[in-house]
Amino acid sequence: MKKKIVEVTKVETIAQDTIEMTLAAPGITTGIQPGQFVHINVGSNSSHLLRRPISIADVDLMEQTVTIIFKVVGSGTAQLGQYKVGERLEVLLPCGTGYPIDSINMSKALLIGGGIGVPPLYYLGKKLADQGIEVISILGFQSSSNVFYESKFNQLGDCHVVTDDGTYGYKGYVTDVVDQLSLKYDYYFSCGPTGMLQAVTNKLAYQDGYISIEQRMGCGIGACYACVVPTNDGTNGFKKICKDGPVFRANEVVLR
Amino acid sequence: MNLQTRLPGLDLKNPVMPASGCFGFGREFSELFDLNQLGAIIIKAATKEERYGNLTPRVAETSSGMLNAIGLQNPGVERIIDEELSNLRSYDVPVIANVAGSTVSEYIEVTKVLTSKAKVDAIELNISCPNVKQGGIQFGTNPELASEVTYHVKQASGNVPVYVKLSPNVADIVGMAKAVENAGADGLTMINTLTGMQISLENRTPVLANKTGGLSGPAIKPIAIRMIYDVYQHVSVPIIGMGGIMTAEDVLEFLLAGANAVAIGTANFHNPTVCPEVIQALPHVLNKYGFSSVEDAVGKGHEHETNLSRA
Repeated sequence: MKKKIVEVTKVETIAQDTIEMTLAAPGITTGIQPGQFVHINVGSNSSHLLRRPISIADVDLMEQTVTIIFKVVGSGTAQLGQYKVGERLEVLLPCGTGYPIDSINMSKALLIGGGIGVPPLYYLGKKLADQGIEVISILGFQSSSNVFYESKFNQLGDCHVVTDDGTYGYKGYVTDVVDQLSLKYDYYFSCGPTGMLQAVTNKLAYQDGYISIEQRMGCGIGACYACVVPTNDGTNGFKKICKDGPVFRANEVVLR
Repeated sequence: MNLQTRLPGLDLKNPVMPASGCFGFGREFSELFDLNQLGAIIIKAATKEERYGNLTPRVAETSSGMLNAIGLQNPGVERIIDEELSNLRSYDVPVIANVAGSTVSEYIEVTKVLTSKAKVDAIELNISCPNVKQGGIQFGTNPELASEVTYHVKQASGNVPVYVKLSPNVADIVGMAKAVENAGADGLTMINTLTGMQISLENRTPVLANKTGGLSGPAIKPIAIRMIYDVYQHVSVPIIGMGGIMTAEDVLEFLLAGANAVAIGTANFHNPTVCPEVIQALPHVLNKYGFSSVEDAVGKGHEHETNLSRA
């Protein structure tokens, strides 16, 4: 993990309140695993003292860029969304522990993303597809106006979109689509709101899988113990989301 | 420019150190800068047994600050010594160990282990954590209890100096400072966080799982300055000042108020390399305001007072 000054090279609203931003700097892509995040200093001392952790959606080794996608949910992400092409941001990256794809033996992967949990699965899917692994995606959104990256995921393999209100794709939740498709795969990889991850890990309790979780963070580098998740090993212990995660084995931690 | 600062038990190459709880045990920050640049390191609180801390969310951003309620999560004093202190000892930086507890005997026991087995350079006696029911704040808001625990820890620490970390959540900070000074404290660190709360409009519930948390950051700096200013006039032991420091200018303000050294806490989250940056900027700032050393500036904010008397 390094501290870097990066240049914003692209800002685009790709769905309702959802911004895709590309960051460039020499060496920015070094050592990035899918599932890791960028910890961004979004503003001045007084307005936004805490950084905002945003997951990495894509990496371009040739152009030396990292793409992030975030939803404007509060004043911090709103301020981040105000940055324009050519402006500079100070970031820490890559942060956290991503999906251990090099140590997993598989031929078919299922990606299950919900809302703003979709972005890290794109870079993951791309890396898996590069390795010749078949990639199937189920992407859940609230409504048609929230849908993004469907065509990009379609380039990786079959992609199924589901919306809560049925205004686009299937109607219902990602777990309903899992039921309907009765897919065969070796591992699943999921990222999304806690409620969705609970439903997914319960439904797929007998499948090997990895989940990525989010939490309010302090330092973002493992020093302050703010973003922890209870472990599932009966020790009453905690894992640090920002350092041990945000990616965990599905049965490694307790979601609540 | 001479940045050296001498405090009981602590020979500091400069007066800037990370504050307890905001720097872990230094491991993560050592990826970003050479820890040898620091004046000292105050490590995260140690308790006798492992503590798992509070439920999440544990932090919330506020105007010019943040709330935290970690709950003293730590692996226990023995594992801190085995897993962390040996690593920190590879740096040429004094280590100050923050000691927390629920009872006087726990404070004594943790102090004994840290001073005998780990040879830390100083103890910071944490009687001011607002985030656990039995985490010391009961000692930090009552002068008699503060005095009692300070006395016993001082007896247990041998030659290792004891700095008592004061809570700002009291009506009479000078009374607290005098009480621990009279009980034998070698120095004071101040201030810890102020108890606060933030309520979510969407959920109609406090944002932090612990409901309340400790407010830190620039929002509390004027309170820290006022309390150090007042305490400086009534005690003679040195003060390590903290509370919202972000810049070298802030450091000078604390020195003027009466601090001999400073700790930087929340700013490490905003900018993890803030400590070396402040250290680098400090000579220029001291020079700009007419000081030739750190020690030269300590307490200089009091010179306008005609009847300044130190107890």
